[in-house]
Amino acid sequence: MTQTESSPGSSPEGAISGAELRLENVVKRYPGQKAAAVESLSLTIPAGEIVAFVGPSGCGKTTSLKMINRLIEPTSGTIRLDGEDIRSESATSLRRKIGYVIQGGSLFPHMTVATNVAVVPKMLGWDSKRIATRVDELLDLVGLDPDRYRDRYPRELSGGQQQRVGVARGLAADPPVLLMDEPFGAVDPITRQRLQDELISIQRELRKTIVCVTHDIDEAIKLGDRILILQEGAKIAQYDTPDTILAAPANDFVADFVGAGSSLKQLSLTRVRSLDLGQPTTAHVGEDTGPVVRRAEEAGDDSVVVLDDRDRPVAWPWLRQVRHNDRVQSTPRELLVTLDQAATLNDALDTMLTSAHSKVIVTGDRDRYLGVVDFESVTEHMRRTERDAAQQMQDAGGHEAVDADG
Amino acid sequence: MWDFIGERGDLIAFNALQHANLVLQAVLVATLVAVALAVLVNRFRVLDPIANTISAIGLTIPSFALVGLLLPLTMIGATTAFICVAFYATLPILRNAVVGFAQVDETLIESARGMGMSEASVLLRVRLPLAWPVIHAGVRTSVQMSMGIAAIAAYVLGPGLGGYIFTGLSQAGGVNAVNYALVGTVGIVIVAVIADLLMLLLGRVTISKGIRA
Repeated sequence: MTQTESSPGSSPEGAISGAELRLENVVKRYPGQKAAAVESLSLTIPAGEIVAFVGPSGCGKTTSLKMINRLIEPTSGTIRLDGEDIRSESATSLRRKIGYVIQGGSLFPHMTVATNVAVVPKMLGWDSKRIATRVDELLDLVGLDPDRYRDRYPRELSGGQQQRVGVARGLAADPPVLLMDEPFGAVDPITRQRLQDELISIQRELRKTIVCVTHDIDEAIKLGDRILILQEGAKIAQYDTPDTILAAPANDFVADFVGAGSSLKQLSLTRVRSLDLGQPTTAHVGEDTGPVVRRAEEAGDDSVVVLDDRDRPVAWPWLRQVRHNDRVQSTPRELLVTLDQAATLNDALDTMLTSAHSKVIVTGDRDRYLGVVDFESVTEHMRRTERDAAQQMQDAGGHEAVDADG
Repeated sequence: MWDFIGERGDLIAFNALQHANLVLQAVLVATLVAVALAVLVNRFRVLDPIANTISAIGLTIPSFALVGLLLPLTMIGATTAFICVAFYATLPILRNAVVGFAQVDETLIESARGMGMSEASVLLRVRLPLAWPVIHAGVRTSVQMSMGIAAIAAYVLGPGLGGYIFTGLSQAGGVNAVNYALVGTVGIVIVAVIADLLMLLLGRVTISKGIRA
């Protein structure tokens, strides 16, 4: 197999399958309450982008989200999906075109994984063969082996797996828009970071319009192509790309909220794919260990990355463990912690702390192996960025640059 | 005793079947009525205390008294027995169904709506299956209870094994008095045990593996 040079951004990206969402002067007022929950929100969400709604609790972000699929009806104002007023059809048929994923996956406990995923396709009247194919395709997309998980019940899955099925269910009927309400709130940090990576990887392929409500600014920075920061009453504090929001917060509220200015925030802005990945010795499951060990020794590696037949990393044994067996062994893929190429340096450092290797494996689309990133390359990158910033400041000659940096 | 049974074997078996049949039909109707009522209670929460009170007070009405109250309306015969058994059978199912529906996680309901399920689908595909283990437990209790109520209902010439008990009572001191009473009582116990096993089986088949205890 020949190694092809891949530069960031050249990965094959799918065509946009999302649709534009436009909110026009949307107001939600509850009877008996003085302040409106949502005070005239106007906003355009471009097709194929992830927009993260963030803000303190009670700012109206979830209310705004639920108005998009009419779980909450606005008091006034119009919401357009692909130019069409969402009230032009019944709420149920609208909702079948909009995926909905909520915290913990919210799977129906009495249905198997496959039945859960099939809920919307079944309502749309797909035939059973098409549904079965689609279910397998989606489970594969979210990183669950269909043969192993299809017939399980939600209670037989871990929190992270349930959340994955929740995402698969949201995508089941290939809706142009996906709404996510605190999707990764109920899982531990490592799993959350993995799920975020997977969502980014899935989005690279599908290019849906995704609206994601979160209270975690780091999650918003990581996932969002754009971030909508809301103040009480769903007043827009700022609506822009993560870079702009961090570099130029619109007001004190935003600055406080994102904690901008800290150079460590760079860690949550820089993606792993912008680092040079190390290429240690790799081997495929079932290969004879003799040549593998020789290759590793020649390269001076003390461990080997084991890939399966689809080039997904499955294990990362030390050389001495490899020597024990005649053939390269595999372990269940779930046990190996890996990072998507879109993971942030922050995630990379987190993962390294818990890894035995003080390095971490980076994967691309559908979990394909790309390389490893180690602690030195992260710190090196940070130092270089700082040096470049200092250089720029010198070039610009003085205090103006200091302001822009803040 | 064995002679007594031997002479009347066919008739006893027929009456046992009649007894089971009465209970089955009454519980079936009771389940439908109770679940329908519980759906209403679930939608209009103000009804909740009313439903609870009815099912609590209802069970304190002596079944004999209800039979007596029904007599002028429905006359002697199977109809009165059926109404009486069905009335009592409804109560435990209603109580369990109300609790069962209330226990269903509201986020699941919202999630179902958010996916575009109609209200009818939400009820049939989410609410009912999730509440079913609790409702089923109520039905099971109801079947057991109805076995005894059906015996009392035999007083108005309803079908079943209860007739033997009343014959035994009216002939107290006579040759076959004890035999009659025993055949009635033991017969009902046997029918009840078989019915309970069948209910257990029904639970196995109808309760999703994903939520079975």
